[in-house]
Amino acid sequence: MTQFWRMLLRNPGGLIGLVILAITIAVAVFGPLLFPASPWRMVQRPFLPPFTMASLPLGTDALGRDVLAGIVYGARVSLLVGLVSTLAALAVGIPIGAAAGFFGGRIGDALMRFTEFFQTVPSFALAIVLVAVLQPSIVSIVIAIAIVSWPPVARLVRGEVLSLRTREYVQAAIVTGQTNGWIIWREILPNALSPVIVLASLMVATAILLESSLSFLGLGDPNLMSWGYMVGAGRTVIRQAWWITVFPGIAILISVLALNLIGEGLNDALNPRLNKGGR
Amino acid sequence: MPAETAVAIRDLKLALPPGGDRPFAVDDVSFDLTAGKILCVVGESGSGKSMCAHALMGLLPDNVVPQAGEIRFDGQNLLTLDQGAWRALRGRRIAMVFQEPMTALNPLMRIGNQIAEMFEAHGLLTPAERKQKTVGLLREVGLPDPERTIRAYPHQLSGGQRQRAMIAMALALEPAVLVADEPTTALDVTTQAQILKLIRDLQRRRNMAVMFITHDFGVVADIADRVVVLQHGKVVEQGGADDVLLRPQHPYTRALLAAVPTMQPPQRAPLLNRRKTVEVVGLDKTYVSDGGWFQPARSVRAANQVHFDILQGETLGLVGESGSGKSSVARLVMRLIEPDQGTVRLGDTDFTAIGGKALRQERRRIQMIFQDPFASLNPRRKVGNIITDGPIAHGVDPAAAWQRARDLLGLVGLNEGAMERFPHEFSGGQRQRIGIARALALDPEILVADEAVSALDVSVQAQVLNLLDDLKARLGLSMLFITHDLRVAAQICDRIAVMQRGIIVELKPAAALFSAPEHPYTRELFAAVPGQISSSRAA
Repeated sequence: MTQFWRMLLRNPGGLIGLVILAITIAVAVFGPLLFPASPWRMVQRPFLPPFTMASLPLGTDALGRDVLAGIVYGARVSLLVGLVSTLAALAVGIPIGAAAGFFGGRIGDALMRFTEFFQTVPSFALAIVLVAVLQPSIVSIVIAIAIVSWPPVARLVRGEVLSLRTREYVQAAIVTGQTNGWIIWREILPNALSPVIVLASLMVATAILLESSLSFLGLGDPNLMSWGYMVGAGRTVIRQAWWITVFPGIAILISVLALNLIGEGLNDALNPRLNKGGR
Repeated sequence: MPAETAVAIRDLKLALPPGGDRPFAVDDVSFDLTAGKILCVVGESGSGKSMCAHALMGLLPDNVVPQAGEIRFDGQNLLTLDQGAWRALRGRRIAMVFQEPMTALNPLMRIGNQIAEMFEAHGLLTPAERKQKTVGLLREVGLPDPERTIRAYPHQLSGGQRQRAMIAMALALEPAVLVADEPTTALDVTTQAQILKLIRDLQRRRNMAVMFITHDFGVVADIADRVVVLQHGKVVEQGGADDVLLRPQHPYTRALLAAVPTMQPPQRAPLLNRRKTVEVVGLDKTYVSDGGWFQPARSVRAANQVHFDILQGETLGLVGESGSGKSSVARLVMRLIEPDQGTVRLGDTDFTAIGGKALRQERRRIQMIFQDPFASLNPRRKVGNIITDGPIAHGVDPAAAWQRARDLLGLVGLNEGAMERFPHEFSGGQRQRIGIARALALDPEILVADEAVSALDVSVQAQVLNLLDDLKARLGLSMLFITHDLRVAAQICDRIAVMQRGIIVELKPAAALFSAPEHPYTRELFAAVPGQISSSRAA
């Protein structure tokens, strides 16, 4: 375990990603202490350019709301949606993939056809439809993102399980009379987890992007300030007030970049043979 | 022929990256390769023998650095060459044959093109001449129908044919030195005998110096002119083949030679009035792989009316070459795969007729020891968990199971501290002992050992065989022992069944089988076992 952290921290990209993520989390957690007022409140005249007033460093939007406060509150929404929807997708994808890989045959075929059914539908279109049908809210957004992002998890886990279940230690577990559930849980899944962890870190990034895209289209939770909503709202006035769209856009860019860097670092740390020197 | 020195290795020191189990992979090694002679480098795994070969080919991993010494060849020190000079040398003056011909050949390239690439890489000959040369080479290494074989892909050839193609490739530019790194280890014994003869013939005909790396003293006895014995990266003994094999000076060499099992089965007391613990009747298994639209489905009969029984306290050996179906039979008996037909009885229970919970309950009576000590233990579970998982699944109280596991570790010769450690902290032989402890944890009546000692070094192999024999006698176990190695089978089996293409062609008590093999296939197998001349000389 300590070696894992050492490997992760030795990777410069992974380290930068972790630092940015830590800052983002700190902002999300402690933001409301710095900005006790609601981000929806009008605090100054509309279209105040950035860097003109010390109390409003990033300026105000078309209705006079503080852009910086919006970004701070948006971090909460983005991280929450990214994390919860990824966990939900893993909770669906891992069992389906594990069952398909371990039992194979008809069960495996049925589960994989079911998975492919979800994969053939364009994921963003499906997410839009789901959110529209369920009414836009934070819960429906999480559900929609989870539903469109579990199939790759299932496919990945299935592939890992397929190769692991022919290993001799799995056969030894069968021979000693252990139950299938126990074998999958104790013998197979722990050994299949490294690529899933890497995939999950990238899925958080994708989920943040999906949430932003939905909010951009006006399908976000109407009660929560989010980065996508801010970009969408500022879109019509982008020529007059570039800062309304650019700053939340940078926030999205940096947090997604950080998660991708972490994913890369995790990949190197969990599969040390791939990157270390030595033929 | 003049005995001129082709390569002189002097005081070679190769440094391993820090943090390994020793500072030098190869420490102060000196030996000569002589034109027209075969030098065998022998040692157990980790002795540094492959590192010597890789240094000679300039293929050292980049974290292994030559620290001292030199390799003299053609008047230059190979350790100081740059990549360009190496490229000119490799293949042309020094060539190599690898262990695993399937992975050493490019699977998507026709054999002929791969060999012609040797000429192409060195900018020699025209394409037409290359093709002509290639056909000649394939004929020289004894591949059937060379004109057609050059158009074959590697997967269309057998293991022995692939190794012949590799040798043809190595010989293409008439190198002065051939390095062969365990070239027959992945092959069946009859194929191995042919390849050894081929290397011997070619080397004489072309007056090449050959460095032959192996762990198998039988092979050494058949092929070597000179022998170098390596232990932990140091040369412990070198000399003429007869001197080293018949009059070994160093204790390590003697220990290694003593550990090689002989072809004479020891006297075994006959087993009388024993009950049958396993009865296998008419077992059939056919593997069918789907054909595509344009090719017919392929089917392989892995077991064809297999029929045998094992008495209580008896060891039945199942020998045969790869693909003979012996491992399939083991898995059928264990019910890891389902038979098409036939029954396996354990005592009074029809093991093939039950399923679900009843099957899981009955499984404790028959346990398996696996081939690969590195793949058969879950890398993420502690040894204690690995051993106790089975008993706990059968409802044994965890505390009692852990206590029993400690006793078992003592029984297989490991100490209790092993319980809290992970498998990667153990050597191959120790891991195999853990595997045995796991199998014994359920108090089985029958052990099935599938090539249980094949992946181990010879000295470790002897220890594990003794352990198995001892445990079997003490616990009154029956054993089904699957191996491709007739020497091992001779040492441990009461009776031996010889399998060929899914059929048991001969089943006899070990002594009778070795003194009078009847079936032609059995005789062929016996004749191909390497190192028989020298062991009869030594006797």
